[in-house]
Amino acid sequence: MNRRLATGAARRKGYRGMEYETVIGLEVHVELKTESKVFCHSTTGFGGDPNSHVCPVCLGLPGVLPVVNRQVVEWAILLGLAINCRIASFSKFDRKNYYYPDMPKNYQISQYDLPICLGGHLDIEADGVKKRIGITRLHMEEDTGKLVHQGTITTTPYSLVDYNRAGIPLLEIVSEPDMSSPLEARAYAEKLRQIIVYTGVSDGKMEEGSLRCDANVSVRPRGSTRLGTKAEIKNMNSFRALQRALTYEVERQIGVLEEGGRVVQETRTWDEGKGVTLSLRSKEQAHDYRYFPDPDLVPLVIDPAWVEEIRACLPELPEARSARYVEKLGLSAYDAGVLTAEKSLADYFEACLALYPEAKAVANWVMGDLARLLNAAGQSVDQGRVTPERLVGLLQLIDRGEISGKMAKDVLEAMFATGADAVRVVREKGLSQISDEGAILEVIRRVLTENANVVADFRAGKDRALGFLVGQVMKKTRGQANPDAVNRLLRETLQEQG
Amino acid sequence: MVNLLYQKSITELHDLLVRREVSAVEITRSVLERVERVEGTVKAYVTVTAEQALATAEEVDAKLAAGGDMGPLTGIPMAFKDNMCTKGVRTTCSSRILENFVPPYDAAVVEKLAGAPMIGKTNLDEFAMGSSTENSAFFTTSNPWNPDLVPGGSSGGSAAAVASGEAVYALGSDTGGSIRQPASFCGVVGLKPTYGLVSRYGLVAFASSLDQIGPLTRTVTDCAMVLQAIAGPDERDSTCAPGPVPDFNAALTGEVRGLRIGVPREYLAQGVDPRVAGAVGAAIDLLAAMGAEVEETSLPHTSYALPVYYLIAPAEASSNLARYDGVRYGYRAARPEDVVDMFMQTRSEGFGAEVKRRIMLGTYALSAGYYDAYYLKALKVRTLIKRDFDRAFTRYDVLLTPTSPTLPFKKGEKTMDPVAMYLSDICTLAAPLAGIPALSLTCGFVDGLPVGLQLMGPPFGERTILRAAHAYEQKAGHWRRQAEGV
Ligand SMILES: [Zn+2]
Repeated sequence: MNRRLATGAARRKGYRGMEYETVIGLEVHVELKTESKVFCHSTTGFGGDPNSHVCPVCLGLPGVLPVVNRQVVEWAILLGLAINCRIASFSKFDRKNYYYPDMPKNYQISQYDLPICLGGHLDIEADGVKKRIGITRLHMEEDTGKLVHQGTITTTPYSLVDYNRAGIPLLEIVSEPDMSSPLEARAYAEKLRQIIVYTGVSDGKMEEGSLRCDANVSVRPRGSTRLGTKAEIKNMNSFRALQRALTYEVERQIGVLEEGGRVVQETRTWDEGKGVTLSLRSKEQAHDYRYFPDPDLVPLVIDPAWVEEIRACLPELPEARSARYVEKLGLSAYDAGVLTAEKSLADYFEACLALYPEAKAVANWVMGDLARLLNAAGQSVDQGRVTPERLVGLLQLIDRGEISGKMAKDVLEAMFATGADAVRVVREKGLSQISDEGAILEVIRRVLTENANVVADFRAGKDRALGFLVGQVMKKTRGQANPDAVNRLLRETLQEQG
Repeated sequence: MVNLLYQKSITELHDLLVRREVSAVEITRSVLERVERVEGTVKAYVTVTAEQALATAEEVDAKLAAGGDMGPLTGIPMAFKDNMCTKGVRTTCSSRILENFVPPYDAAVVEKLAGAPMIGKTNLDEFAMGSSTENSAFFTTSNPWNPDLVPGGSSGGSAAAVASGEAVYALGSDTGGSIRQPASFCGVVGLKPTYGLVSRYGLVAFASSLDQIGPLTRTVTDCAMVLQAIAGPDERDSTCAPGPVPDFNAALTGEVRGLRIGVPREYLAQGVDPRVAGAVGAAIDLLAAMGAEVEETSLPHTSYALPVYYLIAPAEASSNLARYDGVRYGYRAARPEDVVDMFMQTRSEGFGAEVKRRIMLGTYALSAGYYDAYYLKALKVRTLIKRDFDRAFTRYDVLLTPTSPTLPFKKGEKTMDPVAMYLSDICTLAAPLAGIPALSLTCGFVDGLPVGLQLMGPPFGERTILRAAHAYEQKAGHWRRQAEGV
C-alpha cells in the first residue's frame, strides 16, 4: 500500500479496476468561551457541581424567555469574517424540535434558513497540494446538557442529567463537500481550529469537546458527477481519530460497492478502541425537527457599521502572520509556518522579539530546544516556565560570551525544569564561561610548555596539532573557556613565539 | 347604596387608604370574607393565598404608618391567573402536569405588583386553551351572573373573581380572546395590550407570538391604573418594546367628540346573536350622540383569522409545551419502561384532551411536507390580516365590534363540539394576530346577562381606546351593576 492509500486515497482502485473518488464535508461545532451562556446569565465556567451553573432560563422552567448574549453574535461575526464569510444583514433564530432528556425545553434554539454567516472559504495544504475548501455557512446555537448513566445507556437502571452545559454558546461551521481525502479533511479541520484559536473565541480543544467534528462521507466512481449515498460520522475526538475514522469509512463504503452492495444513508459512530465505524441510526429513523422561527427572539438586524467595527478587531491570522515573518523578518517559509501554527507559539516568539530583535536566533531557539522540551513535557508554550524574558536572558548570556551555545542548551533544560532564570542557573552550576583573556592565556602558556613536541608538529605544518592544543586548553578549564577566544589566543601566541 | 369594601374600585379604595379611613388589612379581610362566602359557588381560584395576602397587607399598613410612599395599587387585593409564575406559590396552569409545580421565581408582572396583597391564583382552561374554563383539569368556574353558565375563558377565573368581588382586580392573559371574552361574559373590563407592552417573562407560554398579559377590572379607570403598573420594557423579554410608558390615566378625558370610530361589517354578520347585535348597536348610537364619528367599514380578511389562529397558536404551543416531559419538574408517570415511555406516559396522563388536540394540530402544521402549506401560509395570511388593520387605522382611531358573538352559554353546552367552542372567540382572534390592543367593556344587559363591546386600536393605541371606553362607560353607567348570581 502506498502512502496515499494509507491515508485514505483521493483516488483508489477497486478490485475490479474501478476507480473511486471520495467526497467529504465537515460540520464543526465550536464552544465559545464567553463568560455567560448564550440566552441567560449563568456562567459557562468549567467544572462545578452538577446543575450548579444553571438558572430558570437554561433549565427551561415554565414561563422563562431567552435573551441573546450580544458577545455571541459579535464572536459569530468575528469568526465568520476570519473564514471569509459574508455577514447576513438579517438573521433569525429557529427552534429545532426533538425530545431528549438532556434538552431542557425539548427544542434547541438554533438557526435554520437564515444563518448569521454565509459563503466563506479556507485555503488548506495536504500532501504538499494547496486547495480551497468552501464554507457553506456558520450559525449560532445552544449546547445541550449531559446525561450520566449507570454503566451503559442500554443497561442503566436510571440516568442523571447535568444541565451545566445546557445553553453554552456554540457556533456550527458547515463546509462544502469539497474534501476528497481524509487527509484533506484533517488539514481543513486543523486549519479551522487554528483560525478559531487565533480569533480567541474558543479554546478549540477537541479532546475536551470545545471543538467537535462530524463528517459526511461518500464515495463514487471516478468521473461520476452524481454524489454517492453519504454516511454521517460522529464521535471523533481528535484530528487523528478524524483521519482514521474517515479512512476506515471510505474503505468500508468502497468494500460495500465492490461486493455489489449499496451504501445506506445513516449516522455512524467512530469506535476509537476497535478502529471501526458503527451504525447508529438509519435515515428512516431520522428526526423531523419541525424547525420554525423562535417567537421568543426578535430577528437580528445587523448594522454594516457594526460588522466593520468587528472587522477592525480581527487579529492577524496565521497566513498573514506567516507571510510577515518571511517578508519582514527574513525567516524561511518553513520556519514561519512552524512558528505561526499555534497562536500561543507565535505570540511567544514575538514577545521574545520585542526584547531581542534577532529573529533568526530567537526562531532557532523557540523552534528547536524550547519546542523539544515543551513537546516532551506535553506543555504549550504559555504553560511553560521559560518566559520570553528568561529565554532572552539566556541569549544575552551567550552574546556576552558568558556561556557557550552548547552550554546554553543545558542551561535552558535546567531553566525549564526549575523555573529559574539563566543567570541563576549558570551561577548555581558554576558553568560560567571563562572570557577573561588573561586567565586563558595563562592556561595556553602552560599547555604549550607541557606539549613542546605537539607545538613542533604544528610548526611542521600539521594542522591537526592545533585541534589537540585547543582540546588541552578546554580540558584544563573544564570546558568553561570561550572556544572562540581559545582559538584566537592560541594562534596569536604561537605566532608570537614563532 | 353603600358599597362594601370588596365591591369598590381601585380608585375608591386608594382614596380611602390615602385618607387613612381604612387599612390594607381591612380591605384584604373584606375580600377574603367575600371569597369565603361565594367561592363555593364561583370557584374562581385554584389556590387561595389568604395568609400571604394578609401578610402583605400588614406590611403595607406598617409602611404607610411609617410615612412610606404609596403607589396607586399599593394595598389593593388582587389575583393572578394561574399561568403566571409566583415564587413559592404553586403555578398549575390548571393542568395535572403542573399540579405541584412551585416556581423558584416571580413573573415580571408579579414583581411589579409587589405591594399588592395576592388573594390567590385563578382558574383557567388548561394552559389557557379554551373559552369557558371547562378545560381546567380541576373544575369549571361559574359565571357570577348565573352559576349555571360559564364565565368564559381562558381567564374565566380572573374575570369571575373580579365580577364577584373575590378580587378588586386581576391579571389575565390573552392569546385569542382569553381576557376579553371572559370580561364580556362576566361584565367587567378586560384589556389585551399591544404585543410587547407588558413583559411576558414568567407567563407560562401558550403561543409566544400572541400571548399578552392584561388587566381585568371593574372600571376603565382601574384598567388604566393596572396597565400603568404592569407596562414597560423588560430586558428579560426580547419581544418587549423599549421606551417610556405613556400616561394612560391622563388619556381619560371623558370626551369622544371627533373620535373616528369604524365598525367593520364582518363582525356583525351572520352568527352574531341579534340580542348582542342590538346592545352593540345601542352603544354605537350613544357614542354617535356623544359626538363620535361612526362609520361602517370592512376588514376583508376577517374570516381567515380563525383558521390562521388555529395553525399558528397550536404550532407554537406544540413546541412550548414540549418541555413538560417529567424529567425536571411537574408530573411524572409512575412506572415507565424507559425514557421514551416516560415521555409518552407522562404527557398522555398529564395533559387534557384539548391540550393534546392542539399539540397534535401544531405538530402536524410544522411537519416536513406540511409546513409550507399550513404554517408558512398561515404566517402570510397573518400579514394580510395585519394590513387590513393598518389600512383601517389610517381612517379610524378605533374599531368597534361585539366581543363575543353570543351571550354566556351553559356549562357543558359546547364541550363536545370544539369548533363551536372555537367560534366563541371569532371576534377576538384577529387583534392578537395583528398585535394590536383591544378592550372589552359592558355595553348592556340581556336577560340579566352582560353583553361586551370590543374596541380595537392601532399598535400602542391604548390611550385612545381607553379614552373611548372611559367616556362611554361614564355615560352608559353599566359598570355600577353588580353581578347578581352570587
Ligand atoms: Zn441559565
